[in-house]
Amino acid sequence: MPELALHILDLVQNSVAAGATSITVTIAYDRAADTLTIVIEDDGRGMSEELVKSVASPFVTTRTTRKVGLGIPMFQQLAEMCGGALKISSKPGAGTTLTATFRASHVDLPPMGSLRETILALVAACPESPDFRFVYRADGREFVFDTSEVRAPLGNLPLSEPEILEWIGEYVSEGIREVDGSQ
Amino acid sequence: MKSLADLEAIRQRTLDKVNLRREHEGTRVVVGMATCGIAAGARPVLLAFMEEVNKRKLLNVTVAQTGCIGMCRLEPMVEITLPGEEKVTYVRVTPEKVARIVEEHVVNGRPVLEYVIGAEGKA
Repeated sequence: MPELALHILDLVQNSVAAGATSITVTIAYDRAADTLTIVIEDDGRGMSEELVKSVASPFVTTRTTRKVGLGIPMFQQLAEMCGGALKISSKPGAGTTLTATFRASHVDLPPMGSLRETILALVAACPESPDFRFVYRADGREFVFDTSEVRAPLGNLPLSEPEILEWIGEYVSEGIREVDGSQ
Repeated sequence: MKSLADLEAIRQRTLDKVNLRREHEGTRVVVGMATCGIAAGARPVLLAFMEEVNKRKLLNVTVAQTGCIGMCRLEPMVEITLPGEEKVTYVRVTPEKVARIVEEHVVNGRPVLEYVIGAEGKA
């Protein structure tokens, strides 16, 4: 994948498929420590201990169309290649948390890419549920976008409405730009 | 004996019914968004369909996503179902192809045969 944001889009789909009602993605840069941490946390159906152990194998998948699943293996490989690691903790019935760390300055680290497009694709494809919460943090500054906070004022309209998507896109772009601007 | 596990199956069956009803209401555009689709460029394709549908103010068209359609080497794949018609599967879709697919197929009901599965690789 040419962008970290595409990995995020892909891995959040696992959370959606796991029946999550609430998914939190946290992206945190710490320049002093030269780290990038990406956490994807969901309250989906979770995985058994055996599945957690084997899920990083490309030959383990829940998809029914093929016997391979590359989302997690590719992300783990990338983290390890970039001086970090991928940790998975999960509990059946409670949810799953993926935590990936990277050395922020590593030459093999792909660019973050368009988080705006990733968020729009997720919201457009899942307009009514689950709720997505995005936290973008860099050196103490933070931007949060949470779909649960926009539903009430919108009177629970599907978020895939073009005007709403346009607003979300702009809101997210501005928020990210503000956090990045301080670097 | 009933168990909580039954609920998942009931939910899925109900979901299918809801989806079927939606199909009867209008045209469905479904983009494959599994790992294979995303890696091949499904994200800009999904957004291009949303944009084109919005630009043309097509109120009876739903753009949605699905998992792996099963032929990963042909991704990004898009399935379009017009009301009362058979599903048409497009392969190796790019954002550049989207406007033509919407104009000719979604609006005017004529599938763009050169982008449809089976036509790939033939000049």
